[in-house]
Amino acid sequence: MQCDICHKAEATIHLTQILEGKMLKVDLCEACAKAKGIQDAGASFLMSDIVLGFGGGEERPVDVPGLRCAGCGLTEADFKKTGRLGCAQCWETFATGLTTLLRAMHKGDHHVGKVPGKAAQTLVIQDRIKELAEELDAAVRAEKYETAAGLRDQIRELQSQLKAASK
Amino acid sequence: MTIAELFQKPSAWAKAEGPHRQIVLSSRVRLARNLQSFPFPGWAKKADRVRALEVMRPAVEALPEMAERFSDSMDNVSALDKQALVERHLISREHAAKNVGSAVVINAQETLSVMINEEDHLRIQAIKAGLQVKQVFKLIDQVDSNLEEHLDYAFSPRLGYLTACPTNVGTGMRASAMLHLPALVLSNQINQVIQAVNKLGLAVRGLYGEGTEALGNMFQISNQTTLGEKELEIIDRLHKVVLQIVEHEENARVLLVEKKPRLVYDQIGRSYGVLCHAHTIASKEALNLLSLLLLGVDLGLFPAATRGIVDELFINSQPAHLQKAAGRKLTAEERDCLRADLIRERLADVGRPVMTGPEPVGDGEESAEEK
Repeated sequence: MQCDICHKAEATIHLTQILEGKMLKVDLCEACAKAKGIQDAGASFLMSDIVLGFGGGEERPVDVPGLRCAGCGLTEADFKKTGRLGCAQCWETFATGLTTLLRAMHKGDHHVGKVPGKAAQTLVIQDRIKELAEELDAAVRAEKYETAAGLRDQIRELQSQLKAASK
Repeated sequence: MTIAELFQKPSAWAKAEGPHRQIVLSSRVRLARNLQSFPFPGWAKKADRVRALEVMRPAVEALPEMAERFSDSMDNVSALDKQALVERHLISREHAAKNVGSAVVINAQETLSVMINEEDHLRIQAIKAGLQVKQVFKLIDQVDSNLEEHLDYAFSPRLGYLTACPTNVGTGMRASAMLHLPALVLSNQINQVIQAVNKLGLAVRGLYGEGTEALGNMFQISNQTTLGEKELEIIDRLHKVVLQIVEHEENARVLLVEKKPRLVYDQIGRSYGVLCHAHTIASKEALNLLSLLLLGVDLGLFPAATRGIVDELFINSQPAHLQKAAGRKLTAEERDCLRADLIRERLADVGRPVMTGPEPVGDGEESAEEK
């Protein structure tokens, strides 16, 4: 199991926290845990702080400001206080930390449900084609031709969907 | 319509029939939606909130489902009316605390309510009686699609509908069913059921949602997660789990009547006795006793028409509803007295429970004296 923060070292510290009825889990390697100031299990901290990279507090020099959303001015500290984001753009501003948080609290890390309107639908399909193309590349490089053929068919299907939608 | 007109009658949907209506009191779905170009309500300055409200409110009021509606800005709604809206599950407790810059729009049947500028710009909620999560989703999905044509939603292809709180991102959907589970409580099986349900990724909450206790043997089952799963998959899972709980409750009822009739009849008889003769009663006690009365109706100990009376009392005996009926603010003691009066009056024509079948002494088990 890899560390949720550095994604390199083996995770040896496993934390679980119930927050507002939600279970958050995070797996850390020793070095990252220490860097975040988690030495003993009894210490009081918020899981969101850790995974969002807001932890510790005192370890960050005062003159280095945290992230701040250009859209609404919300800062890391504000999010830390309320657990709420300030605007749609915050989701991009704080994307790195949020991804880890979302993985811990949801079933997956990307949306598979309803998509509003035609324009957005196109966006989603284009996104998916890009992903599949990357997978296809990797499959070809790994000489997994059967997988590659399947991916190619999926891409074609999506491309024809795009064409149909734009008519 | 005015709020007085809205409150004149009990919620229309509550009277309707629905599948498994005896155990599943209601099915509800809410969607969280935000506008792309305005800061979220909790972080926005008042001017931004008001501007966003001016964009959203006309769109919500223009919905065909809202042709006949109550719609008002939250600063125009009195504290008592806000509380009464919470008791009817039409707004959240959070929304009741809002004032300028927030609004609520509710259709006449009370099947659809839209909170504007709660935690998210829009909290759309639909409700029906019985186990109808799929039908409720269909209704709300249509409303959402309609609104989306007029409003610019905050949506990301990767993360779905963007919300103020990370726990709602993705579908922005919370689907739930309100279950009445007296037999599972009486037979001490409820904790097992709650644990099993939790393991399936569903949450069990009390009568008024997050952080509230289970009063009157009522439990709300809802989905925990909103990202990485399709709406209909979530709905389907909830539907299946609720069906299973319904079956457990039905079995528990059969088993209780069979094995422990004395316990069941005693509980129901006492509830009837207290409710019919109390001259002061707290809200919590009333809810718990009314729940057992309802069980009595389901078991055929009272005429079927009693259900409507009990359903109505569940709402009308709540603090804000009592105060609205009295037309003034009441102290807790005054409320307890009025509640008891109301319940006695409404139950006056309901006859004593008719216990059927053999009623073995000692609960069907050998008692100490017999040994």
